[in-house]
Amino acid sequence: MIVVDQLSKYYRVANKQPGFKGTLKHFFDRKTYDIPAVTDISFKISPGEVVGFLGANGAGKTTLLKMMCGLIHPSTGLVDVSGYSPQRRQTAFLKEITLVMGQKQQLIWDLPPMDSLYVNAAVYGLSDHEAKVRINELAEMLELGEELTRPVRKLSLGQRMKSEILAALLHKPSVLFLDEPTLGLDVNAQARVRSFLSEYNKRTGATILLTSHYMADITALCPRVICIHKGKLFYDGDLDSLANSLSPSREVKVELKNPCASEQFEKYGVIQDLNDRFVCLLVSRDKLTDVVSNLLTDFDIIDLEISDPPIDQLIGELFIKGEVN
Amino acid sequence: MHRYFKTIRLFWSTAFASQLEYQLNFLIELLAMLGTLLGSVFILSLFFTGGRELGDWTWESALVIQGVYTFLDGLTNALLRPNLTEIVNYVREGTLDYVLLKPIDSQFWLSVKKFSFAGLPEIILGLSIVFWAAIQSGTSFSLYSLSAFIISLIIGFVILYSVWFLIAASSIWFVKTWNATEVLRALLAAGRYPISAYPVILRFIFTLVLPVAFLTTFPAEAILGELKFNILFFGLILSSLFFTFSRFFWKFALKHYTSASS
Repeated sequence: MIVVDQLSKYYRVANKQPGFKGTLKHFFDRKTYDIPAVTDISFKISPGEVVGFLGANGAGKTTLLKMMCGLIHPSTGLVDVSGYSPQRRQTAFLKEITLVMGQKQQLIWDLPPMDSLYVNAAVYGLSDHEAKVRINELAEMLELGEELTRPVRKLSLGQRMKSEILAALLHKPSVLFLDEPTLGLDVNAQARVRSFLSEYNKRTGATILLTSHYMADITALCPRVICIHKGKLFYDGDLDSLANSLSPSREVKVELKNPCASEQFEKYGVIQDLNDRFVCLLVSRDKLTDVVSNLLTDFDIIDLEISDPPIDQLIGELFIKGEVN
Repeated sequence: MHRYFKTIRLFWSTAFASQLEYQLNFLIELLAMLGTLLGSVFILSLFFTGGRELGDWTWESALVIQGVYTFLDGLTNALLRPNLTEIVNYVREGTLDYVLLKPIDSQFWLSVKKFSFAGLPEIILGLSIVFWAAIQSGTSFSLYSLSAFIISLIIGFVILYSVWFLIAASSIWFVKTWNATEVLRALLAAGRYPISAYPVILRFIFTLVLPVAFLTTFPAEAILGELKFNILFFGLILSSLFFTFSRFFWKFALKHYTSASS
């Protein structure tokens, strides 16, 4: 159980004017002020949930994540993770959680991952036997084999990330904080990391909190999303209703046998695009089945495709709307 | 406690493995170490060709100080330099986050993570010089002189470690590698000569403010059986103060880190 209650974090900064004069002023008469990174955020996460944190760069996602794992002290408000106050970083709490950062690595660069794994095992007080069993189990789930005995610097980014994840999960944490775990990976490697995480969540019932720039990570893994915009909670709920409320219509793409005039399509929905034999229509969800069957009877259709507008586009629109409100 | 010993064992065996990973580099390091050793021996030989008095120390007993210096220098190269100069990188690259989330003392992790085996021969050479020179000067060892020697070496090392760690910990604010290493090596180098070879004011400073005397002169006096018990006692208190302060300062620095980092 994770409880975040009216959490805020301010950073104290000082601005320096350019030039020598500015430097002198900066040195003798420093004006500091507080910049809010996260303001007044509250939510609860039940054990076993997989929650995605969405937000633009600098929205406060990482600050929030770091407050939950105890690396940053909150300015005001309360965080409670499995009954612990994270900022105290008690041993019992640290054994419950883990943090994976996509852009920072903890494995020793010059050695095979296996060496770092045994160091971690010793730090967490696992016996050699326990460590071995655990490594084999996770390696199988992650499809890692002899990569574990090859120097980290010679591994591909995907293999390295999987090894990082293995190292982070050695001590059977029940709460996983993942900050951009698929950063820079190719589509296949991303998919493998994703399927591993969902498998791990099912098997162990661990809670997973995830930030990612890749919408596909969020749609594939997180039934629930929390959107942060400019440090404030913007949306907290399931992904489907977010998509529904954002866009009540779906895209219908049609490839015709013969070119048709645009007037013929107006009664079906909003024409997004019409190009020779290709038509793209926006159709509201409740009319979708009727429209599709009518289209199929009225026209000679080669191909038909129905899709949601891409979610990252929707989220982008959401943030722009938030800006306006 | 057992967990900490096992961790150290794994830290150092992985450090050894990392050093062997690049064969050529390891050979070069061995050569560099040989160069350092020859340099030390050359400086020692200057001691023999001189003819001046250093404080009220004879050549042989001054050589004991050289031995202690070589020993501490070796320990510095083996343990302090590889670990403490790395702290700034942990801060800059943000991997300190991983260390802080480990259920183990972060100062312990940062201080013993690495061990450079290239420092070992210097450590052995230093000890050999100490005992050889002490025998040459006609010292007879006693239980007191040997245990006082070991204790005062520990005192010296703890003081050196604490000062170095303090400076390294300040990188949390400065996030920049500065030449603290050189400053400290100069400090240690000041301990190459008996403390009584310096003017009175420096003697005072080197004993109380920058405790250089504790690094080399007092261990040398201890093995020669000349160290008074009250100085040893004072050293114990001073080194525990330094060590406690380094821990306190680290906690303070971390508070700043964890409330400011992103």
